[in-house]
Amino acid sequence: MNTLNDRKTLVSQVAEAMGKRVYNDGAENHKETAPRLELQHESPKLVSLEDAIRRSGLRDGMTISFHHHFRGGDKVVNMVVAKLAEMGFKDLHLAASSLQDVHAPLIEHIRNGVITQISTSGLRGELAKEISHGLMAKPVIFRSHGARGAAIASGELHIDVAFLGASSADPLGNACGYSRSENAKSICGSLGYALPDARYADKVVVLTDDLVNYPNTPNSISEHDVDFVVEVDSVGDSSKIASGAIRDTKNPRDILLAKQAAKVIVNSGYFNDGFSIQTGSGGASLAAVKYIRQSMIDRNIQASFALGGITAHMVKMHEEGLIGRLIDVQSFDKVAAESLKNDPRHKEVAAYEYASKQEQGSATHYLDIVILSALEVDVHFNVNVLVGSDGIIRGAIGGHPDTAEDSALSIIVCPMLRGRIPCIVDEVTTLITPGRTVDVVVTEYGIAVNPNRPEIAERLREAGLHLVTLEELRDRALKIIGTPAPLPFGEKVVGVVLNRGGSVMDVIKDIKE
Amino acid sequence: MELKMATAGTMESGDIMIQLAPSDHPGLDIHLQSSVAFQFGDQIREVIRETLMGLGITKAEVYATDKGALDCTIRARTTAAAVRATGNDVWSE
Amino acid sequence: MKRLRRTMMFVPGNNPGMMQDAYIYGPDSIMLDLEDSVTMAEKDTARLLVYNALKSIDYGKTEMVVRINPLSTPYGKKDVEAVVKAGVDVIRMPKTETAEEVVEVEREIERVEREIGCLGRTQIMAAIESTLGVVNAYAIATASKRMMGIALGAEDYCANLKTQRSPEGMELLMARQTIVVAARAAGIDALDTVYSNLNDMETFRKEVELIHQLGFDGKSIINPRQIEIINEVFTPTQKAIDKALAVIAAIKEAESKGSGVIAVNGKMVDRPVVIRAQRVIDLALASGVIKKEDLV
Repeated sequence: MNTLNDRKTLVSQVAEAMGKRVYNDGAENHKETAPRLELQHESPKLVSLEDAIRRSGLRDGMTISFHHHFRGGDKVVNMVVAKLAEMGFKDLHLAASSLQDVHAPLIEHIRNGVITQISTSGLRGELAKEISHGLMAKPVIFRSHGARGAAIASGELHIDVAFLGASSADPLGNACGYSRSENAKSICGSLGYALPDARYADKVVVLTDDLVNYPNTPNSISEHDVDFVVEVDSVGDSSKIASGAIRDTKNPRDILLAKQAAKVIVNSGYFNDGFSIQTGSGGASLAAVKYIRQSMIDRNIQASFALGGITAHMVKMHEEGLIGRLIDVQSFDKVAAESLKNDPRHKEVAAYEYASKQEQGSATHYLDIVILSALEVDVHFNVNVLVGSDGIIRGAIGGHPDTAEDSALSIIVCPMLRGRIPCIVDEVTTLITPGRTVDVVVTEYGIAVNPNRPEIAERLREAGLHLVTLEELRDRALKIIGTPAPLPFGEKVVGVVLNRGGSVMDVIKDIKE
Repeated sequence: MELKMATAGTMESGDIMIQLAPSDHPGLDIHLQSSVAFQFGDQIREVIRETLMGLGITKAEVYATDKGALDCTIRARTTAAAVRATGNDVWSE
Repeated sequence: MKRLRRTMMFVPGNNPGMMQDAYIYGPDSIMLDLEDSVTMAEKDTARLLVYNALKSIDYGKTEMVVRINPLSTPYGKKDVEAVVKAGVDVIRMPKTETAEEVVEVEREIERVEREIGCLGRTQIMAAIESTLGVVNAYAIATASKRMMGIALGAEDYCANLKTQRSPEGMELLMARQTIVVAARAAGIDALDTVYSNLNDMETFRKEVELIHQLGFDGKSIINPRQIEIINEVFTPTQKAIDKALAVIAAIKEAESKGSGVIAVNGKMVDRPVVIRAQRVIDLALASGVIKKEDLV
């Protein structure tokens, strides 16, 4: 007879051979009969911030991480680090995708030894100033967005606990940068910089200000990657996602630069049906896309995709049919964030899929044109976007070196002068994007083309654009402003700039007060 | 030369505000606040000094708040403050 | 090549940042203003700023104009002295009503030019901003050999006329045509008034098209964003350029043959056609649609 009972001996033998135990009905859990809407709110993942921290296994000396999709409106970093300080943690490594003016409270936590190391793409405001003056014993490690994604994926940057703010999450951890519920409090759009953390961190804590019912789909972060969900009053002030580096410009000089950049694009030889484009942050580079719109209509040209920081301008052109797809690692304004939520052709992309050098399929490899801004460009086309001409850190690497290197044509828009500060210089204060990857520099006093790209120079000259050399611009700037005195740098290394391949590109010295 | 307290210029970007005040000791005391002090502080002080000396002012407290002004603007604002402080115009009547 | 004056950009004389940047937008002329954009309390400081800017800032080939205060105010004479000493190209007189006012300004200019030894360097243009000024337009235009142009100032003119500006500009038609006719009769330039609503670029373009058709050389502007539209309207069509190039070629050919008769396609070319052709070429060169090399 082949009954269940008859097979018992065989089951035991097989189990033993396979090294497994035999099923024991009495030892299994009882079937849960509670209505599921109630049950999900008893999810063991749903805990207080303090419990999440405690249960994550975080210890002194470990690495915690954050994203910066709320830009200047972020509330998660300050909230979590304050709690960690209260709980007595010390010697933590804070690895954020970027840090903003709003993170000035970290200064105290650094002084008190709660945070002893920082990895980020950028630093601004008081925190940046203090660090530039030598606040920290260990130098800050700066990586581009693509490099950070790659470093997390490869394990070079190991994250113990990620604290990721989300505009909606269900009790299981399915989370988004927007919410479809009526109680939505915030919106940041893409969570592209948080996705590597969600996937590779040992423990993932999602913080949300809109806890919705399961299933919160379509989702960016999957419950599978989430260990704890913490409900908080606010993860960020969405009205500030367009602050920080992003401005919609009314400044006539930015408009002039944007229009010149648009002329460069249109006459570059890459302005063909199916081209792809990205604009970096900064008034002039963001506005440039506005001024190629008419040329696209006139010549019946459509872009296959726009990449990177997605803006309202791009959404509009996408909706008009001028841009086929939007690939969004970071939504630069609310319009873009709403579009990501509502439009399936507006795709969210993780930092490594966006710009990792090592990942063959990352989107930047298929990018024709990128328009980027700069704090300084030197006569060798090297670009600095991180350290001000006063020696104080005041920017972010962002995707600058990633997109400049991978695109077919990189265009930098940079005024020759900002007030009395020269921006076309002999040597950049800090080397971020190597000159060999920079093709065209657009200034208010003329356009310079990298000698590596004579064919571009030829096309622009043919189109009647005013070409100059960077040496001419540098000299012209000095004639207007006089020669600046050298900055009083000290000997301490306060920052290390990693190249996207992982090598050390440059170091930042402290500057005297 | 007799000075009374006088100011010229604005706090707008690209401008400089110069305030002149009587001093109780010889020489020009220039107190400069500038967004570009590291790179251009000495140059700015020199332009102010030169302009005032050229106008015969050798004794004054000078308070300068600079917002990245070029030399020509510094010269203009310093001259204007001096004209207001002394009552002697640089143009003929 | 005759100097083009399609765009004359107003820059407040008390704003160093704007004075420093004005050049980069590529207006044909920059007009630093000491008059209406400067409060009474800052007339002295603005004058010094303009003086030092003119002396120090490299404005390239841009024509530098300064709008002075009327000589009837306590500021006018000092303004003339300062800007002539700084080497300004053109003094723009506001609210000009009679030829005598031009003569007075000329006398002041000469006084200063003699003092510094550069007699005859400074040109004058007059803004006509009243009905009396319009009636006297030709007399004003011919009041001095230094006159390079006359311009309409529509705000005061409309108030004087007891009306206000309309988008169509019917109320300005008489003044505009009078000014163009007077300028042409005097052999000088005619410049149109400003258009202040920066949010309505459509109406602005229509106004530019109108004054271009009326025969104006250009327009006073208040914002760099207006430059591109004016240049577009003033850029000749390819057809006009081709025709003008043919005329210029014919002139060269006639010169090389030592012939006084210029002919294109067998037809004799009159002097007005030659003049018009030269203007088309100048405009085409300035707007970059043709290059110097295209002319040989």
